[in-house]
Amino acid sequence: MLKNRFFATLFVFMVLLLSACGNTDNKQADASDKQKEPKAEPTELILATTTSTQDSGLLDVLLPIFEEENNVKVKTIAVGTGQALEMGTKGEADVLLVHAPKSEEELVTSGDAINRKRVMYNDYILVGPNDNPAGVSGEDTKAAFQKIFEVKANFITRGDDSGTHKKELGIWTAATIEPTGDTYISTGQGMGASLQIANEKGGYILTDRATWLAQEKNLTNLKIVVEGGQDLMNIYHVMQVNPEKHDMVNSKDAEKFVEFMVDSKTQDVIETFGKEEFGQSLFIKYTE
Amino acid sequence: MDLITDGLKKAMEMILTGDKEIFEITWLTLRVCFMAIVISSLIGLPLGMFLGLSRFKGRKLLLVFINIGMGLPPVVAGLWITMLLWRSGPLGHLQLLYSPTAIVMAQVLVSLPIVTGLTSSAFQQISEKMLLQIKALGATKLQTFSILLKQTRVAILAAIMAGFGRVIAEVGAAMMVGGNIQGDTRILTTSIVMEVSKGNFDVALAISFILLTAALLITAALTLLQQRKRLS
Repeated sequence: MLKNRFFATLFVFMVLLLSACGNTDNKQADASDKQKEPKAEPTELILATTTSTQDSGLLDVLLPIFEEENNVKVKTIAVGTGQALEMGTKGEADVLLVHAPKSEEELVTSGDAINRKRVMYNDYILVGPNDNPAGVSGEDTKAAFQKIFEVKANFITRGDDSGTHKKELGIWTAATIEPTGDTYISTGQGMGASLQIANEKGGYILTDRATWLAQEKNLTNLKIVVEGGQDLMNIYHVMQVNPEKHDMVNSKDAEKFVEFMVDSKTQDVIETFGKEEFGQSLFIKYTE
Repeated sequence: MDLITDGLKKAMEMILTGDKEIFEITWLTLRVCFMAIVISSLIGLPLGMFLGLSRFKGRKLLLVFINIGMGLPPVVAGLWITMLLWRSGPLGHLQLLYSPTAIVMAQVLVSLPIVTGLTSSAFQQISEKMLLQIKALGATKLQTFSILLKQTRVAILAAIMAGFGRVIAEVGAAMMVGGNIQGDTRILTTSIVMEVSKGNFDVALAISFILLTAALLITAALTLLQQRKRLS
């Protein structure tokens, strides 16, 4: 008897577990009920983008508008620009929103991406320890990098092939320095995590302004040291993955997404985003 | 210290005010983990039983592989499943990447060896003499089976709990194959990683408390089931 009761319990438990798994459909049905009118099953669009657009919260504002208007479910994969571009060349994403103009152009040339459009910009800033051991300031990024390297102050790099990383490497090249040594610390992580490491280790780091503003409250050991230089502009482009080269790409919604991003209504949303919280726009509209 | 109390407060606040998003994330986490552990158990228990009781050529080699699998790094599982599910991969046409199903697949991959391995060692413990005795008493196959199951109940539930612990703690693979998509594949562990990278340590801590509570409740339930009527 007891033996049977044990198995009965185990059986009931398993059934409960299975029913818990089976509830997915009901839940999805509930969710669509809330949208009131019965809609067709939304199509799926894979957006490969950078961590900065997600970590700043911009996408949380924009995507619901697009999803509602077009009955599309956008699956955002927030990775470094390098990986996002790679997803484009492999056809693993439908649309890209990235900020590494040079590498983007390569994708357009190779035919992996089409319909590339400029969307917005913000700027990069160089932040560093409060005591500023290299004594850098002002607008000249190149000189600042040289100074930091000379005095062997800690410099934190993302080292993850992201847009910011590419930008930083460009500046080193412009300053004719090959950054090496113990003070050049490569984190291999996103902007937010790298900023925190810079904060702990007391290092200089190049960051986009949006992520900096969103995280400033946690970064008590850091301050902005260099900003405003012409070479610190951070431009974002949106582009479709070429459906002729990759046959499973959802090009219909990708095209709509590109149009949506450059639409004047969306551009206004982008420009007002963050104003209330940070007292300044995190991204500035910048269409062609 | 402030951060911890802040996190606890935030967790209470999220639970008490019925934060819809955190509820959905928790629910998805539980569903995905249960699904993974049920599948792992359905395959792993019979397989482990078979490997524990039977003797055949190549069995030892198979056990070696299963034991390696018990330590399979989740990130490796995640990478393999990702490549399998890529649009350009062998199962790409199913469009499963970045879906909860993909997370379940990765979690089965890391928990199946644990369930199988632990079950098989439990059945290897059963003494030959007892098997003979059961046979001598004229038990049918089904009766033998249920006696053996009863004998190994504690170990089987331990295997399930170990597997469950693995899947609920899993983050690397879930991040890779799920993509941490809001309202779709965001689970408790991947939320914690994301909130930390956003610098929202209080939220991350709050979610960690919720995750621990869920794990605690489930493990406690399984432990009670395991320890029930031990004297019988």
